[in-house]
Amino acid sequence: MNLLKAEKVSKVFGGLKAVSNFDIHIDKGELIGLIGPNGAGKTTAFNLLTGVYQPTTGAIEFDGKSVVGLKPFQITQGGIARTFQNIRLFSELSVLDNVKIAYHSHVEYGLVEAVLRVGRYFREEDEIEQKAIDFLKIFKLEHKKDEIAKNLPYGEQRRLEIARALAAKPKLLLLDEPAAGMNPQETQALMEMISWIRKEFGLTILLIEHDMNLVMGICERIYVLEYGSIIAHGTPNEIKNNPQVIKAYLGEEVE
Amino acid sequence: MRAITKKDLKIAGACVVLYAIIEALLQMDIIGSFWELNLILIAINIIMSVSLNLINGYTGQFSLGHAGFMAVGAYVSAIITVKFHLPFLLAIIVGALGSGLLGFLIGLPTLRLNGDYLAIATLGLGEIIRIVILNIPYVGGASGFMGIPRYTNFTWAFFVCLFTLFFIKNLVNSSHGRACISIRENEIAAEAMGIDTTRYKVIAFTIGAAFAGVAGALFAHYFYIAHPASFTFMMSFNYLTMVVMGGLGSITGSIAGAVILTFVSAALASWPEWRMIVYSIVLILLMLYRPQGLFGNVELTSLSIFKRFKGGSK
Repeated sequence: MNLLKAEKVSKVFGGLKAVSNFDIHIDKGELIGLIGPNGAGKTTAFNLLTGVYQPTTGAIEFDGKSVVGLKPFQITQGGIARTFQNIRLFSELSVLDNVKIAYHSHVEYGLVEAVLRVGRYFREEDEIEQKAIDFLKIFKLEHKKDEIAKNLPYGEQRRLEIARALAAKPKLLLLDEPAAGMNPQETQALMEMISWIRKEFGLTILLIEHDMNLVMGICERIYVLEYGSIIAHGTPNEIKNNPQVIKAYLGEEVE
Repeated sequence: MRAITKKDLKIAGACVVLYAIIEALLQMDIIGSFWELNLILIAINIIMSVSLNLINGYTGQFSLGHAGFMAVGAYVSAIITVKFHLPFLLAIIVGALGSGLLGFLIGLPTLRLNGDYLAIATLGLGEIIRIVILNIPYVGGASGFMGIPRYTNFTWAFFVCLFTLFFIKNLVNSSHGRACISIRENEIAAEAMGIDTTRYKVIAFTIGAAFAGVAGALFAHYFYIAHPASFTFMMSFNYLTMVVMGGLGSITGSIAGAVILTFVSAALASWPEWRMIVYSIVLILLMLYRPQGLFGNVELTSLSIFKRFKGGSK
């Protein structure tokens, strides 16, 4: 049973076909890579899966239900969380508050309980605080919980964004270039972390990445996108030796 | 008992002491009627600036029509007391519901707009409310709604203001408040974190409008009259100035802004030609030396000096 299934999805901006015939299927528990040259439509594909854009044609199913037409927050509540290529933290808020906000859709107390400070307010707030701190511990950010998010070093901002996405309790995690701007050591640590959180949280992960070491190292299957269409998909080894992929990345040999 | 509730109780206790002192001074006529008027105005202005801060400062939606909602609260509450002879408390509640409902109806379509466009739309809507009232003979039209009983006194103003402060403080310190703040910080990320941004924008706008209605009810029942000319966009700017001066996203900042600006304009009442000059110099200096407002987005009670004062309890 596929957790995520996109069939013949296309997105047209005016006269530009950003994505066409985009087909992808992901089973529960898989770790999938989505690669492609710059401007191939990878982020557009993510935006289609998360409801930021509505597909022009095609069907997207998550957990057996169509998500076409849903708003981004409904899709997140349904179990897909994401990070952004250009980090989008709540930059003026503390690290802890960034994670706490992700719990919002699991909060049960209402406005009246919040204002009067009765009922479930205190119990749930304590719970959120504790869980958020636990998450920060996993990502080694606990000692920085009161720091303002924008003052964190770049690598920690990336980690915080992943922590925040996980706090929304997704079934499927979409990572948009998680290793962008990281040095090889940081990338190595990130790879280990991604494998670890997948096991720990029983997650399914789809990631966009340019760093081939990372993609080839941890992904079980890889989809290659070029000019908005999937041109190849398979295991890392198949992709490495696929002539179409080599052509897309390196160009053709001169005859 | 909870440390956080304890802190609330301490602040509430301090407020009651403050109330007792001022009320005693009023009873003994040490504070004259001019300054009594200004104390009540300060309370009303605090309600206005804190509720506007919920919309502009916390949720980050730039609204310029706050005086319009105040007008709705003033007129609706006056109808309740004058035409139906019902009690004042009920008039305040109905006034709040009336302007809250209008805020909800106006918020639904206009909150799709962003930044400058929202500012212009709300500015226009505030004026529309005023012009509509101006043309309803039932509430006095252009000559104003006269014969409103004076129910507002310092006690009413003080405790209604206190209620507003606790309401908004508790709201912004809950998950719902964090949802509002996340919209200000990054709307796309908020949406991606599962927050229904439209819903929370409308909630913040509705609650802000409802409290503006409360302030309007207190206002009308102090001055015997509700007049359309009291609720022009200049008033909206005035409240916005208080919020920006105190700091967007700080309740103590809004209180400080309302107190300082009301006090400055009262102190300069005898030199009206100097009033606007001093007012603008104060603002220019503030923008030069403290562009984030007096308090930025920090609360007075969360400063370290305060924590030490309370013996490090948190």
